[in-house]
Amino acid sequence: MLTLPIYLDNNATTPLDPRVLEAMMPYMTNMFGNAASRNHAFGWQAEEAVDYAREQIAALINCSPKEIIFTSGATESDNLALKGVFEMYASKGNHIITLTTEHKAVLDPCKHIEKMGGKVTYLQVDEKGLINLKELEEAITDKTILISVMYANNEIGVIQPIREISAIAKKHGILFFTDATQAVGKIPVDVEADGIDLMAFSAHKMYGPKGVGALYVRRKNPRVKVTAQMDGGGHERGMRSGTLNVPGIVGLGKAAEIAKQDMEADTKRIAAMRDRLERELTTIEESYVNGSTEHRLPHVSNISFKYVEGEGLMMGVKDLAVSSGSACTSASLEPSYVLKALGLSDDLAHSSLRFGLSRFTTNEEIDYAIDHVKEAVAKLRELSPLWEMFKEGIDLNSIEWAEH
Amino acid sequence: MAYSDKVIDHYTNPRNVGTLDKAKKNVGTGLVGAPECGDVMRLQIEVDENQVITDAKFKTFGCGSAIASSSLATEWLKGKSVDEALAIDNMAIVEELALPPVKIHCSVLAEDAIKTAINDYRVKNGLPELEMPKSHH
Repeated sequence: MLTLPIYLDNNATTPLDPRVLEAMMPYMTNMFGNAASRNHAFGWQAEEAVDYAREQIAALINCSPKEIIFTSGATESDNLALKGVFEMYASKGNHIITLTTEHKAVLDPCKHIEKMGGKVTYLQVDEKGLINLKELEEAITDKTILISVMYANNEIGVIQPIREISAIAKKHGILFFTDATQAVGKIPVDVEADGIDLMAFSAHKMYGPKGVGALYVRRKNPRVKVTAQMDGGGHERGMRSGTLNVPGIVGLGKAAEIAKQDMEADTKRIAAMRDRLERELTTIEESYVNGSTEHRLPHVSNISFKYVEGEGLMMGVKDLAVSSGSACTSASLEPSYVLKALGLSDDLAHSSLRFGLSRFTTNEEIDYAIDHVKEAVAKLRELSPLWEMFKEGIDLNSIEWAEH
Repeated sequence: MAYSDKVIDHYTNPRNVGTLDKAKKNVGTGLVGAPECGDVMRLQIEVDENQVITDAKFKTFGCGSAIASSSLATEWLKGKSVDEALAIDNMAIVEELALPPVKIHCSVLAEDAIKTAINDYRVKNGLPELEMPKSHH
């Protein structure tokens, strides 16, 4: 049975897996103890649950449970990693290298660091959305303390060459941080094999609850330290104070366990549906897939439908929950900076839709989505003066558009 | 952001979509906006010998509010004299469609399209061009 609307915005957030909710429930009800209460059963119970979650997460990303710092989510983890390293390693240098296509939760802390006297290099990506490793190495100075490159992009799903980047960082004795919010739980992430020193991720992108995430902080080879950005009771080895969100952490742990167990089967099924969706939608004239299709998350597809505007299109596919790079969907009135970084013209950036599938997406939903998008694009092109001009062979670049 | 019922109605059943022959002397065409900005409106009017707008058509590349603003504009234009049409103010469109503040620029664009179409008609018919108010967006 098809239930409308259909949720295809799983890069924004994922639904809570019922198995995760089940694991969390006792900790929201009668097992409400504070994990820091050392002297009674309520506290012990909570602490035990948190420790177990640490092990579940550690197993997913191949680290020690002691290397997990719980936070309120990936944004906080990003802030802690960037600002925390900047403060902790101030005597070594003040230079950070990152990408223009990073999430705002990385870019904005970088801007903050610049205000605090730091230097940040924002590397461009190529037309596929990938980093240029030569440019990365050339950007390194004797003041560089951190390379911050996301594992996979939230808008186009492009996966960066993490192992090559970490090898460069290691060669120069620089720490490597990755915002892996979109990758953890979706594709195999192994902090040892990948050479990652710090890694941010969040529960709600992997079928866990909102309001909880973690920062992986390497404990040996090298031992990494970050200056706390939240002072208080000295929780989480002094790196992040605040009473632990026990039910949330239990949920993150369970989500990690399920991800590890189901990843292979989920990926196979989801990728097949994504590929079919993309294949069908790119049969539409003048439609373009944005970003690398070779190095990409299995559940994401970002497509521009030229001559229709993204927000108008979203309104046309009102039974589909998707997102768009169109300016109209953001407060800034600027189209997606990620798509622009790929070299897309503003009009193509305005015309994009992002589809994000999940383990709960069905083939029936994909069928519906395909028909619905095709219909809406056709309808809006009938309304589009740009489409008419294109069909008449008029070069849109030859027109002097009024500035507004 | 939730759309008003009127925006949804115009988006779902847009009025007067189409193209008039821009080569005709009594047709005025207004093409405003830019693809880079995510909005392009083309609004056309056909004017009879009594300076009455007998037909109006539009095509719009843009969000739902832009489509609704131009659809509504064509509805209002039909049957009005050119002078009456010049008096259409963007805030009337905002009010009618209950546009939120971030969508006011859609109504401004529709007003610009009306005025540009009228000017095109005037120039074609040997009338002096009217001074266009500078877009406030």
